[in-house]
Amino acid sequence: MLEEIKSIKKAPVEEYYVPGHRTCAGCGPALQYRLVAKAAGPNTIFLGPTGCMYVANTSYGCGPWAVPWIHAQITNGGAVASGIEAAYKAMIRKHKTDAEFPNIIVMAGDGGSADIGIQALSAAFYRGHNILFVAYDNESYANTGIQTSPTTPYGAWTTFSPAGPVIPEGKKLMPKDLPKIMAHGHPELKYLATASLSYPLDLMNKVRKGLNANGPAFLYIHAPCPKGWSFPADKTVEIGKLAVETGMFQLYELDGGEYKLTYKPRELKPVSEYIKYQGRFSHLQPEHIEKLQQFANQRLKEVGIEAVAAPAE
Amino acid sequence: MSVPVKEVPFAGTVPSPKTENEGMITGNWRTRRPVLDADKCTNCLICWISCPDSSVNQNADVVSFNLKYCKGCGICNEVCPVGAISLAPELDFED
Repeated sequence: MLEEIKSIKKAPVEEYYVPGHRTCAGCGPALQYRLVAKAAGPNTIFLGPTGCMYVANTSYGCGPWAVPWIHAQITNGGAVASGIEAAYKAMIRKHKTDAEFPNIIVMAGDGGSADIGIQALSAAFYRGHNILFVAYDNESYANTGIQTSPTTPYGAWTTFSPAGPVIPEGKKLMPKDLPKIMAHGHPELKYLATASLSYPLDLMNKVRKGLNANGPAFLYIHAPCPKGWSFPADKTVEIGKLAVETGMFQLYELDGGEYKLTYKPRELKPVSEYIKYQGRFSHLQPEHIEKLQQFANQRLKEVGIEAVAAPAE
Repeated sequence: MSVPVKEVPFAGTVPSPKTENEGMITGNWRTRRPVLDADKCTNCLICWISCPDSSVNQNADVVSFNLKYCKGCGICNEVCPVGAISLAPELDFED
């Protein structure tokens, strides 16, 4: 049983995602990986379905994990985790190991969870394996050079959705809402939460709650990507904060069938505040920004926040 | 290749690093170096928790930087609530 972390100063000093990895300077997914590893502790097995956090971390025959880590194909993070969990349960039952049951954590990107990997993810949760599935959302296929994924927001520029004279807004589709897919289709689900790397304490405690849930737990982490979203590397934490404060990302948890907002922005900022730092939205016209605002309002309404955003400047 | 089949490892395995991964030293990526003003630092550890490269060290008094791995992203400078961290051009330093 992992205890709640009361403050940043009381967070564990030990690192299990150690320095020395080939992620970009200011990488949001790397930061959330470090926080997840810190919260999970030494008795952990990480799984890395293909994605940035596999490719950029394992270059040249080395990896930055002080705990066991295994690669899975992008399609089957959930399936490999199910196998590890079932093997541990059987080995412990048959007294073939003295090991304590580990924390099995899948660290999948949005492609490995919302798109290509959703089948294995859904199946693992349907069967009720005792795993924590973390989907870190950098809103694109970033390791292959920023292609659009189902969680890329409306209006974002990617190499597969470039803005031009025919399609002025870039991406035309609205993104998938993965946490809701997971929440309402999986009866065995024990714990679900969304988190942001800009709220590290909240993130680490959600990881611990998920690991304590004794069943499938899902964590959806917003992880800004300086390269893919075209903003300066030092703004990662600020962009994450703005996403929450403008309502583009909502922090909530689902524990025992009850939704609970874990952070409610005191005053909602307009979406234009969030997009103005990001080069991927630089081509948007006012009508597109309005559409993005409608999207944020709708998502906020779903979690019980009535948006009365101030008009854009 | 004269390795018996039984001795071939199940998959590509590499040893786990303990405190740092010396196979990928990233300090030489840096173009700006974080510099701490120790008088201003309150040891609140917000920079420590916000560093993607675990390159801010906790000490008893004030934080310090692990320049062997710091990529110079500048998040620490951005999140510091008292402005104790500044970024200096890397070429200004001898080492």
